[in-house]
Amino acid sequence: MSPSGAEVIRSIKGQIQEVDPADVQAALASDNGDAPILVDVRESDEWEAGHVPGATHVARGFLESRIESAAPDRSRRVVLYCASGNRSALAAHTLTEMLGYEDVASMRGGITLWKDRGYDVRTPRALTREQRERYGRHLLLPEIGTEGQLALLDAKVLLLGAGGLGSPVGLYLAAAGVGTLGLVDDDVVDLSNLQRQVLHTTGRVGTPKVDSAEQAIGDLNPDVKVVKYPVRLGASNIMEIIEGYDVIVDGVDNFPTRYLLNDATVRLGIPVVSASILGFDGQISVFKPYDGPCYRCLYPVPPPAELAPSCGANGVLGVLPGVMGLLQAVEVIKLVTGAGDPLVGRLLLYEALSTSFTELKVRRDPECPICSRPPEDISDDEMGVFPDYEAFCAAAG
Amino acid sequence: MATIKIPPVLRPSVGGEREVAATGASVGELLHGLAEQHPATQSQLFGADGNLNRYVNVYLNDEDVRVLDGLDTPVGESDTLVILPAMAGGA
Repeated sequence: MSPSGAEVIRSIKGQIQEVDPADVQAALASDNGDAPILVDVRESDEWEAGHVPGATHVARGFLESRIESAAPDRSRRVVLYCASGNRSALAAHTLTEMLGYEDVASMRGGITLWKDRGYDVRTPRALTREQRERYGRHLLLPEIGTEGQLALLDAKVLLLGAGGLGSPVGLYLAAAGVGTLGLVDDDVVDLSNLQRQVLHTTGRVGTPKVDSAEQAIGDLNPDVKVVKYPVRLGASNIMEIIEGYDVIVDGVDNFPTRYLLNDATVRLGIPVVSASILGFDGQISVFKPYDGPCYRCLYPVPPPAELAPSCGANGVLGVLPGVMGLLQAVEVIKLVTGAGDPLVGRLLLYEALSTSFTELKVRRDPECPICSRPPEDISDDEMGVFPDYEAFCAAAG
Repeated sequence: MATIKIPPVLRPSVGGEREVAATGASVGELLHGLAEQHPATQSQLFGADGNLNRYVNVYLNDEDVRVLDGLDTPVGESDTLVILPAMAGGA
């Protein structure tokens, strides 16, 4: 006669290591670097109702396929828990017998006994059912997961310009669930914008770009709050506009604003994901104040007008801001979620015609007029200052 | 032959090429060679004092030549020199 389920569980418990919650608590609290990896094998709704702080969630149904991202080193100690210690015993048996984990234990009595002992339980903020469905493909990525998605929903990202670069950044960050998108643009949609500015539509030619963008973003994802600034960014309004944002996406088309933005963001400690485009060429870098170089470390002085074609109208391949803008959007998501290595201290050049990427090192300038000093020493009068640039541009017409 | 990558703003001065081959033992020799061959680049690369203009960054492979030996930095046969003025286009 086949054994009953209860008999199987009893038999398996005899074959695996069990550990008391008190020992787990002590091992987690000890700071000697050999704390076990604690894995909660319950279902998602049980995890969301409250779990042991520091635990990782791998539901038992996904144990074999996902345990390696939670516990890549098979020789390291792993402690599993569930509600009362049965499912985690079965999971411990699987890890030991089938997956070659060397030191696996199941926490006796599960989280029920853990709570009875009065130990800490963390109740995470949860996503709604609709959000879990909408962002499902993010939740499957261990680098993002629920925590990363909540960080995105909490994030405030400011886009300077709702044009060529701002369009793809705005659309994809909205799709990714960035909770607040600020848009600074004082322009109206023009027919000639539509070759590349995919936030806008033929029907919205003549509408302010911030309104057109708000419409597109709202249609894509109602989770996103759009804050509109239909103004030109200048010395008089920059501090007020950018303060409180977590990341700024720079796609502005002129040097004076880029320097002004640099100085203001260094003062406030806000990272800037900066890109520029011309013809078939683009460049991108992340300027994270005091962690890496700033824009002035890279370009201490702007070029004269004849070498700065942004002063006038120039051609650009319509897809190019799409490529560069999406590289910017990826960097924003990395900064917000902490995933990966952002493009800090590195400048990436993209040449569409040869399909080549070149990466250059950018170093902090120990004599940088701005970021070599503490932020509180940078005065209003110094911001955005450099030799006579506007006169150059005016002369070039 | 080393390769010099030409940025978009300088391409009209070198007949539209995106990169040019150049000979020389140092960064300075390569750039002066470029300026001799394409005189329109002279004033864009060098100031009246003969130094590189401050708004032009030059990289040997991936490193800024200013943190190496500047114009005296030695250049090998298979090296790439990247000339990079600031760009600000966004629209």
